[in-house]
Amino acid sequence: MAFNSNIPKGPLKEKWTDHLFNMKLVNPANKRKYKIIVVGTGLAGGSAAATLAELGYNVEAFSYHESPRRAHSIAAQGGINAAKNYPNDGDSIYRLFYDTIKGGDYRAREANVHRLAEISNNIIDQCVAQGVPFAREYGGLLDNRSFGGAQVSRTFYARGQTGQQLLLGTYSALTRQMKSGKVKFHPRHEMLDLVMVDDKARGIITRNLETGEIKSHAADAVILATGGYGNVFYLSTNAMASNATAAWRAHRKGAYFANPCFTQIHPTCIPVSSEHQSKLTLMSESLRNDGRVWVPKEKDDKRNPNEIPEDERDYYLERMYPSFGNLVPRDVASRRAKNICDAGHGVGSTGLAVYLDFNDVISRKGQEWVAEKYGNLFDMYKQITGDNPYVCPMMIYPAVHYTMGGLWVDYNLMSSIEGLHVLGEANFSDHGANRLGASALMQGLADGYFVIPYTIGNYLASNKLVDVDVDHPAFKETEDEIKAFNTKLFSINGTRTVDDFHKELGKIMWDYVGMARNKEGLEKALIAIPKLREEFWKDVKIPGSESEFNPELEKAGRLADFLELGELMARDALNRQESCGGHFREEFQTEENEAKRNDEDFTFAAAWEYKGENQTPELHKEDLNFEHVKPTTRSYK
Amino acid sequence: MQINLKVWRQENRQAVGGYKNYSVSDISEHMSFFEMLDKLNNELVCKDEDPIAFDHDCREGICGSCGVTINGRAHGPLRGVTSCQLHMRSFKDGDTLVVEPWRAASFPVIKDLVVDRTTFDRIMESGGYVSINTGGTPDANAIPISKLDADAAFDSATCIGCGACVAICKNSSAMLFVGAKVTQFTKLPQGKVERRVRVKNMVAQMDAEGFGSCTNTGACEAECPKEISLTNIATLNKEYLKASLC
Repeated sequence: MAFNSNIPKGPLKEKWTDHLFNMKLVNPANKRKYKIIVVGTGLAGGSAAATLAELGYNVEAFSYHESPRRAHSIAAQGGINAAKNYPNDGDSIYRLFYDTIKGGDYRAREANVHRLAEISNNIIDQCVAQGVPFAREYGGLLDNRSFGGAQVSRTFYARGQTGQQLLLGTYSALTRQMKSGKVKFHPRHEMLDLVMVDDKARGIITRNLETGEIKSHAADAVILATGGYGNVFYLSTNAMASNATAAWRAHRKGAYFANPCFTQIHPTCIPVSSEHQSKLTLMSESLRNDGRVWVPKEKDDKRNPNEIPEDERDYYLERMYPSFGNLVPRDVASRRAKNICDAGHGVGSTGLAVYLDFNDVISRKGQEWVAEKYGNLFDMYKQITGDNPYVCPMMIYPAVHYTMGGLWVDYNLMSSIEGLHVLGEANFSDHGANRLGASALMQGLADGYFVIPYTIGNYLASNKLVDVDVDHPAFKETEDEIKAFNTKLFSINGTRTVDDFHKELGKIMWDYVGMARNKEGLEKALIAIPKLREEFWKDVKIPGSESEFNPELEKAGRLADFLELGELMARDALNRQESCGGHFREEFQTEENEAKRNDEDFTFAAAWEYKGENQTPELHKEDLNFEHVKPTTRSYK
Repeated sequence: MQINLKVWRQENRQAVGGYKNYSVSDISEHMSFFEMLDKLNNELVCKDEDPIAFDHDCREGICGSCGVTINGRAHGPLRGVTSCQLHMRSFKDGDTLVVEPWRAASFPVIKDLVVDRTTFDRIMESGGYVSINTGGTPDANAIPISKLDADAAFDSATCIGCGACVAICKNSSAMLFVGAKVTQFTKLPQGKVERRVRVKNMVAQMDAEGFGSCTNTGACEAECPKEISLTNIATLNKEYLKASLC
């Protein structure tokens, strides 16, 4: 097992440039001799698959969706950051790097984040060349807006559908390669295991979701770009099928899982309405550019918000953080919303909501201007809640949105398993303990378009790989394990549905491993989760059979993994005796209730090694060195 | 509230399908249509019956996975709304809803309400892109694009590829889908370079996949959850004619 960050030597600003030169290349004629498996075809996987195929590699791409265009990247609303400095407001690569390190509360690698900032500008160029219709000014140049955690406008956007437009760009590049035959796309195929030969990742086992067929696929290297694990909470802004199975099963095969407790609770989501809720919907952070967050100064004020006079409103973010105001980072905004609701100022039927009010901007610039900028978000809000946000302020509350944690990777995006590379939200690398808005799209595309195409070449050129095909016994062995796993699931024939168990897990996670955590609660979770897991394996009920289209079976397999991952999240949260970014331990806070880091003991990435079922995992620490940005207490005041 | 459902059930591609009746009670008006189906499915699993398969994922109206016909309307009775964004408050207590998969020869049923739309992917493969590789692109601001053109391109690019246009069209035509992609690229300088070959190839693929022709009924525009305009089909025809003449 390799556990070395492999950060190149030399000055920060030259590391990536030097590394590009120092990496070995695969000669163009030899690239066609290699096969690379890409699992997941959202922004990160899709861009990687397309780019690798353009370079000449043979790519096999897999998705549990029917088409790459369905990936959840499509739902990203607000935008994508880049250090173009088009608005001439003082942005630079270094400032984007600095903001991202600070925003992540000093728990990310400097070298990775600087590379990300360097690449950011190429991404915008690439997307524009693909025909992505970004928002423009009347002069024909690109428009920018602001996002949380930054005092410059560096976010490029396409109304409230930036993720959709970027994904369709990636999808178009991918379909071009599908047509050329360099990418073979397998729709409705879910990866169920990783296959290792000589301690290297050499293939995967998939289930065809339509027919149930279990099949082996061999390759020279494997890339996972399978997204985040927010659905461990049951209710999140993730899509219904988003899951951790590919990543978790790779973890069980030896890939370290890093910082699993770093989850992002997004401050502006539509509040939970009742028990039947199946998922939560985000209202883009971009709304905080023009919307003002407030609650009534009086507790339990049940008046119609429009009847509450100005001086009886508490615009608490503007009051507490005068320099960043409504645009404080997500973790800060979420925590403040929770605190103010816990103190009795929450609004709505549950008291778990705050207002996001557009009255000011509507009277300043008119409804048409607002509709042009946020029209689709306002329509979505109205469709879901039945209220019209042009007339009455939106009600919002934090919800699980993104996971900064993920499979540990080195600077080359390779996991602790040789040959297994991890991109996008599925890895842990760039956002530290809190991701800034509009940085997920940036990272996914940076990894796929501009990092992995080089680093995977270096891996292939530096290793003499023996020829392996699916006749190798390792494939048969792994296939048999998967079949046995499915047979075991069906043999239970219990009384409770998968969703029923999933809701219970979600409640444990939200109550004890959610927005605010403490030792007592985390210890409770560490008892409750294994107990629930045991019950699941005794009492879950799955209809139908293995050899058919069976969504309940898919969900059961994914939940089995969440039931293990949830425990690791609680363990990691308990171990990290400090507050940082999205990880808030109630025992560690300043007098002003801000997160209190413990840099002396916890300036590391926690990489957990799987040690077997019901065994305590082993913690490996990757020390983080801050040579350029001196960790200080984040202040957005 | 209580709702009666008449749902298309079909075991697999080869099986003969048919309608089955269900009654769902204790429905809250705040539930989405799919949350109502979730509730029914949960009950079916507990009764050892096969739950109803339907495609869905983001439940935010953007991924394009979902799509069922409700009482003859693609994505149900509301304009500009996907099936997943439809809430039960749009229906009345005691209503009977006939729920069907997309009906089109080019969208074969996989199971119940789930259809195979890979034909759309193959149309995209035939030309729904700008033929550039990663890297070596000019600065994003090198080519100014008028705001009107960029906005118009966006209005076409907003298509989610759900297939409602095909499902509701009496000819099962995919011309709104293809028209939207062709129009997006026609409005942008980046797409203009290949406009002729693109439109020819995409139309040829559309025909090869068995989609019908457009007879200007306009049902596609009326039922499109993203309200893509019929003018996209006009642009497609214009572009196709121009390409054929040159």
